[in-house]
Amino acid sequence: MAGSRAKDAKKLALILLFTPFALWITLLILLPHVGMMVLSLKEKVAPRVYEYGFDNYINFAQEPIYWNTLLRTGSVSLLVTLLALLIGFPVAYYIAKIAGNRTKGALFLLCLIPLWVSDLIRAFGWILLLRETGVISSALQASGLIDTPIEFLYNDATVIMGLVYTVVLFMIVPLVSTLDGMDNEMIEAGYNLGGNGFTVLRRIIIPYAMPGIVAGCIVVFMLSAGSYLTPILLGGKNSSWFTEQIYDQFISRYNWESGAAFGFVLLVFTSLVVWLGLKLSGQTLSSTVAKS
Amino acid sequence: MSTTNPTHDLACTALSKSFGSVQAVDNVSFDIPPGSFFSILGPSGCGKTTLMRMIAGFENPDHGDIQIKGRSVIRIPPNKRNVKMVFQHLALFPMMNVYDNIAYGLRCVGASRKEIDQKIADVLERVALPDVAKREIHQLSGGQKQRIAIARCMVLNPDVLLLDEPLGALDLKLREAMKIELKLLQHQFNTTFVYITHDQSEALVMSDNVAVMNEGRFEQIGTPQALYHHPASAFVAGFVGDSNRWTGKVIDAGNNNVRLSCDAGFDAQSHTTDTITLSRGDNATVYVRPEHIQVDTQVNADNNNQTDATNALTGHIDSLLFNGANSRVLVRDKAGELIEADVTLTGSSHDPKPGDLVRLSWRSEQALCF
Amino acid sequence: MLRHGYRLYIVLFFVFLAAPLIAAGLFAFNDSLFPVLPWRGFTLDWFFNDTEPKLGMFHDRRLLRGLYYSFVIASFVAMLSVFVGTCNAFLFVRHDFPAKNFFYILMVLPLVIPGVILGISILAMASNIANSVERSMGIDLELLRPGIFLVVLGQFSFITTITSLIITARLKKFDTTMEEAAYNLGASKARVLRTITLPFLRPAMIAGAIVAFLVSFENFNTTLFLVGSEAPLTITMYDRMVKVGSTPVLNAVSFFLMLGSALLALISVLVQRDNKS
Repeated sequence: MAGSRAKDAKKLALILLFTPFALWITLLILLPHVGMMVLSLKEKVAPRVYEYGFDNYINFAQEPIYWNTLLRTGSVSLLVTLLALLIGFPVAYYIAKIAGNRTKGALFLLCLIPLWVSDLIRAFGWILLLRETGVISSALQASGLIDTPIEFLYNDATVIMGLVYTVVLFMIVPLVSTLDGMDNEMIEAGYNLGGNGFTVLRRIIIPYAMPGIVAGCIVVFMLSAGSYLTPILLGGKNSSWFTEQIYDQFISRYNWESGAAFGFVLLVFTSLVVWLGLKLSGQTLSSTVAKS
Repeated sequence: MSTTNPTHDLACTALSKSFGSVQAVDNVSFDIPPGSFFSILGPSGCGKTTLMRMIAGFENPDHGDIQIKGRSVIRIPPNKRNVKMVFQHLALFPMMNVYDNIAYGLRCVGASRKEIDQKIADVLERVALPDVAKREIHQLSGGQKQRIAIARCMVLNPDVLLLDEPLGALDLKLREAMKIELKLLQHQFNTTFVYITHDQSEALVMSDNVAVMNEGRFEQIGTPQALYHHPASAFVAGFVGDSNRWTGKVIDAGNNNVRLSCDAGFDAQSHTTDTITLSRGDNATVYVRPEHIQVDTQVNADNNNQTDATNALTGHIDSLLFNGANSRVLVRDKAGELIEADVTLTGSSHDPKPGDLVRLSWRSEQALCF
Repeated sequence: MLRHGYRLYIVLFFVFLAAPLIAAGLFAFNDSLFPVLPWRGFTLDWFFNDTEPKLGMFHDRRLLRGLYYSFVIASFVAMLSVFVGTCNAFLFVRHDFPAKNFFYILMVLPLVIPGVILGISILAMASNIANSVERSMGIDLELLRPGIFLVVLGQFSFITTITSLIITARLKKFDTTMEEAAYNLGASKARVLRTITLPFLRPAMIAGAIVAFLVSFENFNTTLFLVGSEAPLTITMYDRMVKVGSTPVLNAVSFFLMLGSALLALISVLVQRDNKS
């Protein structure tokens, strides 16, 4: 008797807890995406008259500017991911394993504070440093190294640097928590058994940190491919970033159908890259990003 | 079966509980007289925790009845049962100080501030920690936490206090001290304690009665002495205390006496309990405690017929396990079997040494066969 | 040698991290009409001056309104996402149900969907619903047009994942015997939740709320598509940057926001540390 009542209460609690989750995921994630897909299959043939078809996607495929932008966004984002990993890993390793207990907390906090500062402010800071009249150019002039001001903005290198800057913390934070959980004795045992620095890194540390590395890479790649402010502000209006195309279709041309198609293309493309990355690294979504 | 018997603080009748295909508790019945210390002893996974959780109300039995002070509590939810529990890791609330931990249960029943103050001062006095009320939990030592956990329950005047291996997390020295302390506390409160443990020495030292549990069933209920000296089953004989054990075939049986031809290559004379009937040709096991084996160093190899013991063996000492008053020798007999026997080591040159030839003997009443 | 090189690398990295933030913050105090060198002396005009051309941020009505809207939006998002995040934590830690793993991945998914796509998909659906309601019933559902409500929904849609992960991690560490102990001491289920479980979760809920607040405050990508006439601060700042160009008042706002973020981040760290001991 008491048992079945307890079971009923448990079932009721389950339903009550599942409701907000279901509402959130269905109304704000699933339905909008289904809606976006449906919208992307519509085409305006006359005012208020729509037909269903793949025209928006065909348009996308036929216009090299569009898919070149997508490929560029993807390849630059991959490069940004790689750079963020190469730059971030030593920093994460230093924080997790080398720094003393007190410096560790301070450094980690230092890593976190820029995380909470808006993209906009960070990009704004770079603009002030890098533009023709900016700090670096003025400083170089004042020191006599150059005669005429140099424009550091509006080139690919700056966009990549800005993107790495924006995302590198999302690489470092999961890496620090993964490396933190690694027993120091494991590294010592590696050396003790005759490994040198490189083999210990390759055979012990990196395999152990793999879930953290993959998690960081996924988040960084998605953030980079989905970023809007950094490429536009540092790369100028012609930075050819795919999110810019989506914005253009949606807001400037007010062509929502085509914008939805572009959005869907970006989503499928990035998901494909992430899926490929997971397959290649032998990880799953639940062993990396979904683990906390 | 379910007779109302108010002379018992806790009575369980034919309790059963299974999880899927696992029978965790299988038809267990027992009753505990008021004010006694009752232990349930068994290896991990024997169902003792499930049994305790059923008494506390966290699990519902599939069959059977639980009565507290003569009233069935099967339908009473855990927060309304007057059975309190000290958890394995104590489960003191870390975000509250000692006072608030102890006051928790009193506030649940809506006691007044004055009453709470009074009762807390009282119970802290009784666990001999009168000045810790304002301390945080993490400021207490292991033994103090233990006592606060008990005080938190006892302040509610439970009919029965359940203790789920609360000494397990303590280091050895403190555990020894807490054993005695728990027993004293139980005397002082005069409340029935039901103590769960896998550690036989805890059960034997503290309890008035011990139930030995194995695979969901009670093997035997009795005083510590009865369990130790008159185990009712092979499991109890093997689990409580140390034993040498030899398997073999019965070659002669009768009158609570058995003669066994052991696989180890010697014959052993042993007695059996009334409940066990063995006949010629049966497989059986004989148990002999190390302290019941007499070790004689004055022996020459071919002459071994001079004591009244019914069982005797000779062998060489393989190694000496020195542990003060509880020292022991390992003797390897002719067939290569290792036998444990207690010895008294005085530190003199007469003490047995590894390699010595010794004669081991024990009387048949001191061996038990199942 | 190698050791010093490593340390130098770390120092350089943190210089790299700090450089744009310092640049963005420092020019707020330069007594000049443009955020450029040379340094023309210290001033607080870009915060407090009340006349053009050096209108300080605390007298700039559009910036103040942006700050206010950001605050309102971030507060709603923080409350909602902590509530749903707490429910999710209980759902995934305490209950078993079919396809739990699949639902867990669904819960994490919004974190890896580009913010721009979340923005347009929610915009498209809301407009779709609003349009069909208007056509069939003649009622204009103002709520589903771009505006604060949609911005809150859009940010909530992915910030809830963050709060869920934070609170789930803490609930996993909870020793459930603590609840049983309270229950055993006579507390009702509701009382156990109120006096034992929620106090244990409180640091994670506060940290989750702070993170949600900050992420909402700085969000741009999702907000951009859902914003109506009530523009939050990041949008206002972006507008100003594009239309007017960089002016030191933006540095003042940046400095103000960095200060606020740092403070909140510090609080969240302290709250979480406090409970560990």
